[in-house]
Amino acid sequence: MVGFGRKAAAFAAALAFSTTALVLPVAAQELKIGIKTEPSALDPQFHTLNPNIQVGAYFFDALIAQDAELKTQPALALSWKAVDDTTWEFKLRPNVKFHDGSDFTAEDVVFTYERIPKVPNSPGPYTIYTRSMKSFEIVDPLTLRIHTNGPAPLLPLDVAALPILSKKAMAGPAPEGKTTAELNSGNGLVGTGPFKFVEWQRGSKIVGERNDAYWGPKPYWKTVILRPLSNNTTRVAALLSGDVDMIEDPPTTDLAKLKNDPKITLAKAISNRVIYIALDQHGEPPIGIPDTNGKNPLMDKRVREALSIAIDRKGIDDKIMEGIAVPAGDLLPYPMGGTRKDTPVDPYDPAKAKKLLEEAGYPKGFSITLGAPNGRYINDLKLAQAVASMWTRIGVKTDVDANAPPVFFKNRDSFKYGAYLAGWGASTGELGNALKSLAATPDRVKGMGTTNSGRHSNKEMDAKLEEALVTIDDAKREALLADASKILMAEHGLIAIHFEVSVWALRKGLTYPGRADQSTFAVDVKPAK
Amino acid sequence: MLVYIIRRLMQAALVMVVMSALVFAGIFMIGDPVAMMISPDASDIERDAVRASLGLDKPLWLQYLAFVNAAGHGDFGKSCLAGQPAMQLIFERMPATLELVFFSTVIALALGLPMGVYAGLRPKSVGAKTIMTGSILGFSLPNFWVGLMLIMVFAVLLPDLIPGFPRLPASGRGATVNVLGVRLSLFTADGLLHLLLPALTLALYKGALIVRLARATAREVLPMDYVKFARAKGLSENRIVGVHVLKNIMIPIATVTGLEFGQSVAFAVITETVFAWPGMGKLLLDSILLLDRPVVVAYLMIIVVFFVVLNLLVDLLYSVLDPRVRLESRAT
Repeated sequence: MVGFGRKAAAFAAALAFSTTALVLPVAAQELKIGIKTEPSALDPQFHTLNPNIQVGAYFFDALIAQDAELKTQPALALSWKAVDDTTWEFKLRPNVKFHDGSDFTAEDVVFTYERIPKVPNSPGPYTIYTRSMKSFEIVDPLTLRIHTNGPAPLLPLDVAALPILSKKAMAGPAPEGKTTAELNSGNGLVGTGPFKFVEWQRGSKIVGERNDAYWGPKPYWKTVILRPLSNNTTRVAALLSGDVDMIEDPPTTDLAKLKNDPKITLAKAISNRVIYIALDQHGEPPIGIPDTNGKNPLMDKRVREALSIAIDRKGIDDKIMEGIAVPAGDLLPYPMGGTRKDTPVDPYDPAKAKKLLEEAGYPKGFSITLGAPNGRYINDLKLAQAVASMWTRIGVKTDVDANAPPVFFKNRDSFKYGAYLAGWGASTGELGNALKSLAATPDRVKGMGTTNSGRHSNKEMDAKLEEALVTIDDAKREALLADASKILMAEHGLIAIHFEVSVWALRKGLTYPGRADQSTFAVDVKPAK
Repeated sequence: MLVYIIRRLMQAALVMVVMSALVFAGIFMIGDPVAMMISPDASDIERDAVRASLGLDKPLWLQYLAFVNAAGHGDFGKSCLAGQPAMQLIFERMPATLELVFFSTVIALALGLPMGVYAGLRPKSVGAKTIMTGSILGFSLPNFWVGLMLIMVFAVLLPDLIPGFPRLPASGRGATVNVLGVRLSLFTADGLLHLLLPALTLALYKGALIVRLARATAREVLPMDYVKFARAKGLSENRIVGVHVLKNIMIPIATVTGLEFGQSVAFAVITETVFAWPGMGKLLLDSILLLDRPVVVAYLMIIVVFFVVLNLLVDLLYSVLDPRVRLESRAT
């Protein structure tokens, strides 16, 4: 099917090239975007899901924004500083109006933050961003202090994840004011964002209209329509036929064709998502390694290094990823917070890998099962198969056990895999988030190592990380994080493979700078000059 | 008659109980909905809290009993993902699917029936042979492939190639109007344009089925005595075919069209996905992928009821079309 579609479209492209009448039906100042996943709700406090967060940014602003590289930028707050170890002070932007014309003040911020724990039935609560907040103090209408439980250096990033609602528009009889269902229908959906809400037809479209009173740079588009097109082929066809003006995440198999299409232009940006392999290091007996007499070879640093340098990252990125991945030697790309400029990427060296295995006492290698999701990350299954064949080449006979994402996650969380391939996008854009979740020694109470199902553990790294997580000073914290990640990568605690590059396809004449968090923001889509 | 209907509905209730139990067990075995929905940044304690708030922390049999109890009171649960009643989500999407299937059924009947009858009347003609060969294609081509082909040809290739060729919309639903509180796109020009390609995709299989059925029945009916008698009586050919033959052909056609209608409503998933049609099939697919159990269960409940009602209607229609058919309760 895909093969045929590709050929047909290539044919179409060739034909299009030869004709002169190439007029796409484009209504003036209307932008139609084919998005990959529809949000589950328009209530920006219901579900911490990327599509929800993305569409939330159309209608709402947070106190702090994250730019294309996920660095913090002033939004509804002009400035912020830590007054002491447990107090942050925010100076709010004056003269900002909500869509209904009312003024934005600190009251709205406090209302917004206090609503979060009251939202019922949330499948992904926003309380993960308010954990550290203890109390709020309104100094004056444009000055807010947040008192925290202990030092909270990442509070500005938490705040950036929380879009501000209007206290007035949200008034209602329910404990949370307007309910999620009411917000979904547009009732109370009043923000300060660049677009005003017009309508949402579930499964069909979300429509927004330019907010002409926006405090920031005004969007070029009078109307923006987000259309959920979850099927890859459908999304590409919708762009080629002019149904939409731009699409998110065109499938890699179509990239070459789209690149050569004179009607289409591509936008790319390196993302915060790392694809990595976790190796089971919980001890003995090993999981899924039947032929080592109960010894776990993955406990040996030399074996882990061998497995890492057996992977031809460049080959994978050229051949499987069609160039939309960058080889990784860390959990986030430089220059995000805590990354090092000179981070080495493990070089491809199968000869040395074999020697390392021999030194570790496995001259004949061993067998292992590599778990992977099928359909969660770009080309995840093909990637796992490529890694398996590379490992098999150095004597580590590898079977791939690929499953639908729900099954994969269940297996991963119940420690069924000796090794598994997965991805992680650090939404904060700094290493603390990735290290804490993927590499810290699992500790349920402290909330450390929550996704560290390989159960790697290194006390030295833990100590650096824990210190970093309570260090307010940015430079000091980032230096500590860099140290921690250096220890992790030198130990080969897990194997970083590559960072995904996000791609957008647009009709010729439009530009999009791209974002590291893979979001599509209509504000940043502009006609090419 | 009443007893007959009641018996049918009781059968449906039984199927619903079995079906819901199967879905509960099935989704439980696949994985953990919370792991699919919660932010990966959440700690274990936060995950447990969400599980508890959605009632997923209890043993499976307790969850099932709670569901049965609530369902008995007409509450089929809330979607874990959307937080809204599952039934409401499905009913919101239902008109889109119904109108798509309805439109495709009309196309299939309007094209399939005359073609089939023609092929039955003149089996040896070139036209008939072309129709029959074509119907094999209609049968055997996979739905998604046909959909993609139609998109490539009518939304990309032809409009690019021939200046002025109308570019058909490749995805989504067109403008809607409110008819008795239901949003329908059947009554707007834009809506019909958007309907065309997905409806054609669905109609191809149905149409092929109807062609073959109509031909076979026509061949069966034509040598019958009453047709010969009508001919002998000197009735016009139009009246013979249009009334006497067609009436008898309609019985199997009604059955198959009815069942096909139900089949398409329940499982137009593929066509809806290819055309990003905001119907309930797409909702089902998304819900299965995210393990949103309440929606999956509610959906299948609706489908069971739908099929039972549809079968009932077909049976009733049968007794109208063919006076020889008696519904069993009347015979006893």
